[in-house]
Amino acid sequence: MSELNKRQDEIVEEFSVFDDWMDRYSFLIDLGKDVPEIAEELKTDRTLIKGCQSRVWLNADLVDGLVEFQADSDAIITKGIIALLVRVVSGLSPKEIMEGDLYFIDKIGLKENLSPTRSNGLVSMIKQIKMYALAYYTKMNS
Amino acid sequence: MTIDVNKIREDFPILKEKIYGKPLVYFDNAATTQKPQVVIDKLIEVYTKYNSNIHRGVHYMSNKATTETENARNIIQKFINAKHSYEIIFARGATEGINLIAYSFAEKHLKEGDEIIVSELEHHSNMVPWKMVAERKRANVIKWAFNDNGDLELDELKKLITPKTKLIAVNHVSNSLGTINPVKEIIEIAHQNNIQILIDGAQAVQHIKVDVQALDCDYYVFSAHKIYGPTGIGVVYGKEALLDELPPYQGGGEMIESVSFEEITYNKLPFKFEAGTPNYADTIAFAEAIKYVSAIGIDNIAAYEAELLAYGEEKLKTIPGLKIIGTAKHKASVISFNIDGLHSYDVGMILDKMGIAVRTGTHCTEPIMLRYGISGTVRASFAFYNTKEEIDLLYKGLLKVVEMFA
Repeated sequence: MSELNKRQDEIVEEFSVFDDWMDRYSFLIDLGKDVPEIAEELKTDRTLIKGCQSRVWLNADLVDGLVEFQADSDAIITKGIIALLVRVVSGLSPKEIMEGDLYFIDKIGLKENLSPTRSNGLVSMIKQIKMYALAYYTKMNS
Repeated sequence: MTIDVNKIREDFPILKEKIYGKPLVYFDNAATTQKPQVVIDKLIEVYTKYNSNIHRGVHYMSNKATTETENARNIIQKFINAKHSYEIIFARGATEGINLIAYSFAEKHLKEGDEIIVSELEHHSNMVPWKMVAERKRANVIKWAFNDNGDLELDELKKLITPKTKLIAVNHVSNSLGTINPVKEIIEIAHQNNIQILIDGAQAVQHIKVDVQALDCDYYVFSAHKIYGPTGIGVVYGKEALLDELPPYQGGGEMIESVSFEEITYNKLPFKFEAGTPNYADTIAFAEAIKYVSAIGIDNIAAYEAELLAYGEEKLKTIPGLKIIGTAKHKASVISFNIDGLHSYDVGMILDKMGIAVRTGTHCTEPIMLRYGISGTVRASFAFYNTKEEIDLLYKGLLKVVEMFA
């Protein structure tokens, strides 16, 4: 099993103890409060992913052939989901991130957060994660 | 007559829906309203009994559909007290209606350096079309700013008027703050200065009795779906003499008198502005919605909604950290608010899980959010089928939200 899927399954496991939506969202809110915020100087137009409602900032650096992500949002629930996403993809190779299928959000019952109508920037954030991976993959192999 | 809300709720089948297993509390009425059974039935009737393309048909069903559509026009004429039924033009909605007037008005009247005054309270739909035509004609859109409470001040308007001002565009009721604007006075000021005026009534007709002749407004637009009618249909009212001056907006069927490759002559009002097969099915059902609200009485609806608004504001104000955005002198049943330290999206997400539908974000009024320096608000907007018990559920829901994020 890939490291990416191992991490996703861990999260699915953690969420399996929650019976209802309130527990799940309370957990997300706690995560959202804890997530290491992106450095203020990295919160620029370059890293901003504009959603209609909540704003998301995403930065990625290539460190020793692995992609390190930092992210933040002005909405706490969005930030909680971001924390999970960063935990899943950060520190993996560009190739693994590019080819990986991010199934955990659906499995932990947060799929509605990925609906395009939610306009919370998460759909764009996932696209942007893949774009960073592709860019670093191309850079490493050129 | 007072509102028998339990009886009214029976007329709206969707209100019986459960959301995540909880009873639906629908407080997103400023975005769209729910439909009474009579409107739904009428749509079914059109499609099952006499669906047929209207005007110029020779057969029974086409005649029937045409009669029903033109009858709908008459009902809407009476509803807003227009002088003539041909002053009622059907469009897809208020947005298309404003685009129609903006385009045609600019073609006829707007020259380089001219000015259009647009209030800062507008929905993007009553701002972007004016910016677009202004850009095309090298004219300027002038902002009429509102004050801290969310009220427009008439003295400010007077200062903005110049000999170059050609039109004023303002809403009757603000969709994000609920402000009811003094449109009668605004129209008077416009006319004293020989300026035409468009009123966006999308948030007004469902709450306030509108009489376009008493107001003396030049153009008035609104959408069916915000007054319990179907989506995809709306109204542009314009004074006959003004509409006659304007060139058509779109070309196609219906809007022509005769066509050759050498010359096209346009049809008379209202058809000049109704290119293509009209949305007759929704138009016919729209008239049912108007009949429905008229039978209850807009004044009764307004009185009941005012009660809901007062109750809701009192209740919500007691929630720690909650701040109501928009405290205009006169308000429609809209409460926009924020809770200290919470993003509107977070509040809306948690309320949704409790079956409570509110709107969050900028409500297509980014200039208002910029003015207040906020990223958005939570907006609860009430209709006459809502109840105080539902407001209690919102109140309890918000207390839960505060607790969850504490």
